[in-house]
Amino acid sequence: MLGFVGRRILHLVPVLLAVTLMTFLIASLLPGDLAYVVLGDQATPEKVAALRHDMGLDQPIYWRYLYWLGDVLQGDLGRSFRTGQTVLQAIIERLPVSIELMLVAEITGLLIGIPLAIICAVKSGSTFDRVMTGSAFGMLSVPAFLAAILLIYLFAVQLRLLPATGYVPFGEDPLGNLRCFVLPGLTLALGEWPVLMRVLRSDMIATLQEDYIAMARAKGLKPMRILLVHALKPSSLTLVTVTGINIGRLIGGTLIVESIFALPGIGRLLVGAIYTRDFIILQGVVLFVAAGFVLMNFIVDMLYAVLDPRIRHGRA
Amino acid sequence: MAALDLSIDTAAISPARRRQLGTVFWSAVIWIAVIGASAAFANLLPIADPTNMDMLGRRMPPSLEHWLGTDGFGRDMLARLIYGARASLTVGLLAPVIGGTIGGALGMLAGYFRGRFEALVIGSMDVLLAFPPLVLALAVTAYLGQSIFNLTMILGFLGIPAFTRVARAATLSLAQREFVTAARALGATHARILVRELLPNVFLPLFAFFLLAVAVTIVVEGALSFLGLGVPPPAPSWGSMIGEGRESLEFAPWLAFIPAITLFLTVLAFNLVGDALRALTDPRQGAL
Repeated sequence: MLGFVGRRILHLVPVLLAVTLMTFLIASLLPGDLAYVVLGDQATPEKVAALRHDMGLDQPIYWRYLYWLGDVLQGDLGRSFRTGQTVLQAIIERLPVSIELMLVAEITGLLIGIPLAIICAVKSGSTFDRVMTGSAFGMLSVPAFLAAILLIYLFAVQLRLLPATGYVPFGEDPLGNLRCFVLPGLTLALGEWPVLMRVLRSDMIATLQEDYIAMARAKGLKPMRILLVHALKPSSLTLVTVTGINIGRLIGGTLIVESIFALPGIGRLLVGAIYTRDFIILQGVVLFVAAGFVLMNFIVDMLYAVLDPRIRHGRA
Repeated sequence: MAALDLSIDTAAISPARRRQLGTVFWSAVIWIAVIGASAAFANLLPIADPTNMDMLGRRMPPSLEHWLGTDGFGRDMLARLIYGARASLTVGLLAPVIGGTIGGALGMLAGYFRGRFEALVIGSMDVLLAFPPLVLALAVTAYLGQSIFNLTMILGFLGIPAFTRVARAATLSLAQREFVTAARALGATHARILVRELLPNVFLPLFAFFLLAVAVTIVVEGALSFLGLGVPPPAPSWGSMIGEGRESLEFAPWLAFIPAITLFLTVLAFNLVGDALRALTDPRQGAL
């Protein structure tokens, strides 16, 4: 296990470095000089040159990268030239909102997906199974922004049960806070459950054909016990991986959902930075999100190895 | 024993399934054809100008003059829907072509030559995959500026890793097969083996994946335009139409729902056709 972790960490470092390099290159090589953005169109060439010097933009690009990397490694992602807030501060302020949203979405997705997958696997081939597999396939074609519009129309406009937009901090009003997350969480969960259900269903169908399940049945164990204890764990390997892979999609989804429902999370920070052309925030958030995503995948890899001994003994 | 049962199972199900897919599959194909044709010949169709505003006739319900009504600026919804199809399909088809060509070539070369080149390709793809696609697309659009061309290039670039994986996986297994060994024994060059022996076999799984990629690309383009960061206004795009329609959900919900349903049906159609083709090329995935 230690060797496995070591190998994965050795792989992690170059990927993280490459991620910083790419984030830096996107921000530096693409057209649009930061000094012009800060000073505006009316700036004189002298002023621009002076600011370029101050910001180190007149240095060779590899030096700029190394300076920037040095700052990043010390936790200094820069400071917004619009609000004066440091990037790290802005991210830390908004991170809890995004994490809460993703948790609500993933848990809701699992709560819908797992029971449906088990029922479909047990009754595979039945009408219920075919209807559910069909709807799952259909739901995969519903982008988050469509689901959001539909949910807002149903629950906020027609039934007037839930707020369409807005945010209340958990500390002020826990119940109100949760109410704010119902529609955004459900929006994302609607995209999650079909993926989770399809994966678990097909693994579960394969597991239920194993000899030891027949054995358990022959011993007279209760069907529920067989399903939940004997069949669920060995069937959930792919589910874990997919849950991990989904985090990338989920992050993309939070961008949209936070914008639609006006939740002050990382996604809205990023979209807002684009609207106001606040490139320092943009660069910092992209780096933070990509690095976080790489680390999440690393953790999922580890989790996978814990669940499946074959992987840590070097067969993968 | 269990594995053997399983393979017999799928072999027995597949042909029946293929026949069952019939109507749904063909309706999807027809829908794609209709949307594609109306987008391609939008200029020739007897429809209004999609950017022509009429402030007196705003948010009109469907009528003989405006079959699907008018939007918040009094623009004809049907015309905007058809011209929107143009934007969505241009980006949706061209971006995967770019990603498929580059990614497919890289994947085949990596799967065929193996060694250091393969390690380099996989390594670079790992880095690209480290960015959540939508985040990267947003960031690059922010720097490059909004235009259909930029959007197509970015989304095409983002599609490369996935196509590389599909092409590499297919090439890896094919390169071990007898017909490749036979071609090599006959003295065929690497280029000839890649183009004449491997490409025809890799093409079908790549094409099935291409259709699924079209669906994903249309969704991403829609999402970006919905946020106002995709196709630049006033040119219509389904995503921006849905975004504009959101403002009037309370009193004119159809303004959001008409483009939403069109987008959904188009994405669903590409998914259905792509999935059916994939099931044909890869019987193991049939259970999913």
